[in-house]
Amino acid sequence: MRRLMPLLALAASGCAGVQSMTGGAGLGSRQFNTLMLAFLIVTGLAYLFVLLFLGGAFVRRRRENVGNFMRPLLIGWTAFILVGIALLTLLSFLDDRQSALAGTGQPPLKIEITANQWWWQVTYQDPMASRTLITANELHLPVGRPVEITLKASDVIHSFWVPGLAGKQDLIPGRTNHIRLLPRRIGLLRGQCAEFCGMQHAHMALDVIVEPPARFAAWYAAQLRPASRPATALAQAGQAWFLSHQCVTCHSIAGTTAGGRTGPDLTHVASRRTIAAGTLPMNPGSLAGWIANPQGPKPGNHMPTIAMSGAELSAVVAYLGSLE
Amino acid sequence: MECFGPTLRRPLIPVCAALLMLPACQREERGPRTDPAAEASAPADIPALIVRYGGDAWQIGEGQRLFRWMNCTGCHGNGGGGMGPSLMDDEWRYGSSMADIVRTIDWGRPNGMPAFHDKLTGQQMWQLAAYVRSLSGLARKDAVPSRADTLAPSVPLTQVRPLDSPPAEAPPQ
Repeated sequence: MRRLMPLLALAASGCAGVQSMTGGAGLGSRQFNTLMLAFLIVTGLAYLFVLLFLGGAFVRRRRENVGNFMRPLLIGWTAFILVGIALLTLLSFLDDRQSALAGTGQPPLKIEITANQWWWQVTYQDPMASRTLITANELHLPVGRPVEITLKASDVIHSFWVPGLAGKQDLIPGRTNHIRLLPRRIGLLRGQCAEFCGMQHAHMALDVIVEPPARFAAWYAAQLRPASRPATALAQAGQAWFLSHQCVTCHSIAGTTAGGRTGPDLTHVASRRTIAAGTLPMNPGSLAGWIANPQGPKPGNHMPTIAMSGAELSAVVAYLGSLE
Repeated sequence: MECFGPTLRRPLIPVCAALLMLPACQREERGPRTDPAAEASAPADIPALIVRYGGDAWQIGEGQRLFRWMNCTGCHGNGGGGMGPSLMDDEWRYGSSMADIVRTIDWGRPNGMPAFHDKLTGQQMWQLAAYVRSLSGLARKDAVPSRADTLAPSVPLTQVRPLDSPPAEAPPQ
C-alpha cells in the first residue's frame, strides 16, 4: 500500500489544474459531477446488495427451509431497484431541462471551431460581417453567457474537449456538429483534441479563457482591429520580408496583403498565450525557434522550413512579436 | 553434439537466442530533430549526406511531402512523368546520384526544370533527392515503406527496381 501511495497521488493530480474534469467551471461539467456521484451511490449500493445476497447464498446450508426469511429481503431489493432507477431517471431529466433552460434570457455567443492537423481555427460569428472575428488556438468566453459552438473539421476526425466545461464532441470532415457550453467561473482552462488525429495529436491544445463580460468585450474589440503598423525599423523589415515570401500563402494578417487561410491567422498572434496550438509559450525565443525549424518541436506538422538568414529571421520575429 | 554434455547444451539455447537479438541493437536512427540550415546544397562531405538522407525513413518521408508541396507532381506526376520526364524508370539525363539530383533541383536544367535555389533549403533538397531516388527503387529497402500509400494492392514504386538501373548508392552500413 505504501508503494501505491505515490501512484495514487499522481493519479489524483489529474483532478486539479487547467484540464480538470472535476473543477465544475462550466454547467456541463458541474452536471456531470452531480450525475456521476448519484450514479456511483445508487449502483454502488446495488453492488453491495448483490454481494450480500451472494455471501448469504454461500453461508446458507443446502436445502435448508428459508421460509419467510427471504421474502422481505426480496421485496426490499425490488423496491430499491425501482426507487433507484426512478431517482436516476429524474436526476437525468432535471439536468437535461436545466441545461436546456440555462441562460435562455440572453442571446448565445455563436462560435465556429474548425479543427485542422494540428491546430484550431476559432471564428466568432456575428450577423454583421465586419464583426466576424477569426483567431486560432485560443477561445475567449464571457462568464455566464451560453455559447453555441459549431464544430467542423477540414482533414480528419478530431474531438473538441475542454474537460473543465463539458464533455467531448467530435469534429468530423463533411459534417457539422454542435456543442453548448455555459462557463460559470472565471479562469484559465485547457482544451485538448480527444480523438487521435495523426502524428501531432498530443500537441493540439486549446487555451480557454473565461473572463468577465467587460474584459471579453474589450478583447473582442482589440481583436477586431487590423494589425498595427510596425513601429521599429527591424519590425518593418520583417513585415516586408513576410509579405514578399511564402508566409502569405498560408497565413493571413488583417490590414496587410497576407490572406492565406491554410494556417492560423496571425493578425494578433502576439496577444496569444502560446504558439503552435499550446506547444510552446509565446515569446520571441519560441517564435524564432519555431520559424527556423518548425519540424523540430512539432515533427510532421504542415509548416515547411523557409530558407532565411539570421538577420531576416530576427526581423520576422520582431514583426510577429509586435502583432498584439 | 557429443562434445557438449547436457549441462553445457542447456545454456546454449538462451545464449543463441540472445545472439539473435543483437542485430536489433542496430536500429535506424530517425532524425526529426535536425538542423534545417545545416546542409548546403553543394556540401563537402557528400558520402556522409548520402547516408544521412538516403537511408533514413524520416528524411525520405519529408522528401515525399516536399514533392507534393513544391508541386513537383505538376510536371513529373506521381513519379510517372507527364510534362516532365518520368522519375520511376532507369533513364537519368543528368545523373542518378543524390548529388546530381540535388544539383538538378538547386540550379534547374534546360527545357523546363526550374531552379529551386531560393525556394528550398539545402536540407530540403537532400530530402527531395532521397525521395526521388526511392521512386525508382534506388533507396535502401529498410528505409522505404514496403506498402503503397494508396489502397491499391500493387507493389509500391519504392520496392520495384527498373531493369539495368545504376547500382544503389548507399555505402555499406
